Amino acid sequence: MQAHTTVVAGAVETADGAGPDIGLYDVTKRFGEQVAVDELTLEIPKGSFFALLGPSGCGKTTTLRMIGGFEEPTSGRIELAGRDVTDVPPHKRDVNTVFQSYALFPHMTVEKNVAFGLERKKVRRDELRRRVGEALELVELGALAKRRPTQMSGGQQQRVALARALVNRPQALLLDEPLGALDLRLRKQLQIQLSHIQREVGITFVHVTHDQEEAMTMADRIAVMRDGRIDQLGSAEELYDQPRTEFVANFLGSSNLIDAALVARQGDVAEFDAGGARVRVPSRLVDGRDGALCVGVRPEKISLRPADAGAQVPDGENSLLGHVTDASFVGVSTHYIVRTDGGHDIQVFAQNAGAGLETLGPGRRVAATWQPEYTFVVAKEAGA
Amino acid sequence: MSAAQASTTGRAPAGGVRWLTLRRRRALLPAIFVAPGLAWLVVFYAIPIVSQLWVSLQTGNPDDGFAQTYNWSVYPDSLSEYHTHLVRSLGYAGLATILCFVIAFPLAYFIAFKAGRWKSIFLLLIILPFFTSMIVRTVAWQTLLADEGFVVSTLRSLGLLNVLGESGRVLATPQAVIAGITYNFLPFMALPLYASLERMDRGLVEAATDLYASRWTAFRKITLPLAAPGIFAGTLLTFIPAIGDYINAQLLGTPQQYMIGNVIQSQYLNVRDYPVAAALSFIVMVIVLVIIVIAARALGTRRLSEAVAA
Ligand SMILES: Nc1ncnc2c1ncn2[C@@H]1O[C@H](COP(=O)(O)OP(=O)(O)O)[C@@H](O)[C@H]1O
Ligand SMILES: [Mg+2]
Repeated sequence: MQAHTTVVAGAVETADGAGPDIGLYDVTKRFGEQVAVDELTLEIPKGSFFALLGPSGCGKTTTLRMIGGFEEPTSGRIELAGRDVTDVPPHKRDVNTVFQSYALFPHMTVEKNVAFGLERKKVRRDELRRRVGEALELVELGALAKRRPTQMSGGQQQRVALARALVNRPQALLLDEPLGALDLRLRKQLQIQLSHIQREVGITFVHVTHDQEEAMTMADRIAVMRDGRIDQLGSAEELYDQPRTEFVANFLGSSNLIDAALVARQGDVAEFDAGGARVRVPSRLVDGRDGALCVGVRPEKISLRPADAGAQVPDGENSLLGHVTDASFVGVSTHYIVRTDGGHDIQVFAQNAGAGLETLGPGRRVAATWQPEYTFVVAKEAGA
Repeated sequence: MSAAQASTTGRAPAGGVRWLTLRRRRALLPAIFVAPGLAWLVVFYAIPIVSQLWVSLQTGNPDDGFAQTYNWSVYPDSLSEYHTHLVRSLGYAGLATILCFVIAFPLAYFIAFKAGRWKSIFLLLIILPFFTSMIVRTVAWQTLLADEGFVVSTLRSLGLLNVLGESGRVLATPQAVIAGITYNFLPFMALPLYASLERMDRGLVEAATDLYASRWTAFRKITLPLAAPGIFAGTLLTFIPAIGDYINAQLLGTPQQYMIGNVIQSQYLNVRDYPVAAALSFIVMVIVLVIIVIAARALGTRRLSEAVAA
């Protein structure tokens, strides 16, 4: 375990020094009239576990297929390790794909499937055997080497597909919703296994998923895609804590968003008028922002306290006054809906930690408070 | 019904009678499904084969009648007399099968993967010739290939008549017979090929190219093996009836091109030497069986059952 951690650290260090492993520059892909990928520019750092996250139809698969060489971009340029591969066919690109349907060869044994890439590369027989064995061990399928894929469960097939790609030690591994066809329990289990394997082998993983939780658990960087473009790119924490678009704020977890106008800016603090209430945010969040904005806050970052007893709002915190319209106890937390005096419905998740917490029933007048640094600012969606 | 009762008798308890009959019914089900086909085969296949064997061992002549003499020498005798026809049949049928494959594979590939919404139209076009009888179609070829027919006159007007060699003919050549067989049996090759290509997951070819296989290697390692059941089925469906065919040789060839089917036909209907005709039929059947067994061995029984399933 100790040795393992060192390897991880080493991999991360080399990753910092090198240029991007995969680069897409102004890449557009059209299918007839349909624009699947729209002037996309994206650099994926070497050795990272990179997730492409977005709803169905946003162009994730198309992006991945262009990296793999199965689709040709309508315009733009694709680079692998600094080399322009835009016109290079798939079999000459040093990336391997784990397909959503696995695409295992039904007429070959598991072992033969895994050996396929190495055979094409004319790897020597003894080395081939050793590496196939190692790859199957890595995905814990050593015992099933002689089976046919059709005789295996979905989870096992998924791992064969992974081994078949990994065994080639490609520069990058492309995974298209690799866990999408599995049930929840298995999916959770393989998420952990997959992140573990990625750290062990240290190669770049590009993981396509529409499951925000999966992306956040596994990836160190996430690009949120919408309509063929990248809305925002960052670590799970950055995307969750500081979403910059309404779409990202709502796609990753739940958000309370309130239309707001910037009214003042003093040093570190910028002040918004949000439906009559003053909301303070760290001023770096408004740097370079223009157009219509919303301020937002995550439901679990808000505290509720009764406002009728003249309770004090802690100094410097944002506060919205209103009354509870709904309270539902869900075990670990209580979910409230509060109608603010400004007419917004906001969600509040209050953790059921500690004794003596009173559930505030519907009709109670409350102050919803949170710290300014938990506030984020998103661009208001056109037409929203 | 009690547990004690069940355990003392050691047989199915009273309530189990229904369960047993259900099981029996289930066991009977395959027999019920198979029975009609089996009866058909017994009446129209097994009995004729036995009677054919019986007839082949008789001696006599059409005027005085035939009597059973267990004359096994009819086999070596007819073999030595007609082995050229037999070899010619195998050669023509083999060549025609290869030609069918070479023509049908790209055709089936195109229809399965590239034809898009025109798929059913193309399939219909393949089957369309079946709407007229094989004899009519072959007679039409006879007209087309005739000495003053369309093909020869076209070649002449193009100044290409010398490709036909000395005779200057198309009709009445081995090529005409082989071409006729190829034409007549093409659908039997194309349809099984199409069926096996059609169910293939194109993602597999992508996966192969992803794993460093060129398009050609992917074709060789993935498409071709997965089409094997169709190739096998198509080959059998073309080759077997082609061996016994006599229409093409009769209409497009001369006695120089006659195949074993022509011999059998004339022995039965003209010479009326029934034992020789029966013996030749039997020999052809055995040869076909041997070829199937060898091919099945080569491909493995798994492939054979897949081919049957296709
Ligand atoms: N081969 C294709 N032909 C036509 N349209 C396509 C094709 N592939 C994808 N598209 C379209 O491009 C868009 C993006 O698709 P895709 O990349 O598969 O999205 P995702 O993987 O994010 O669900 C979709 O609207 C889809 O209908
Ligand atoms: Mg997709």
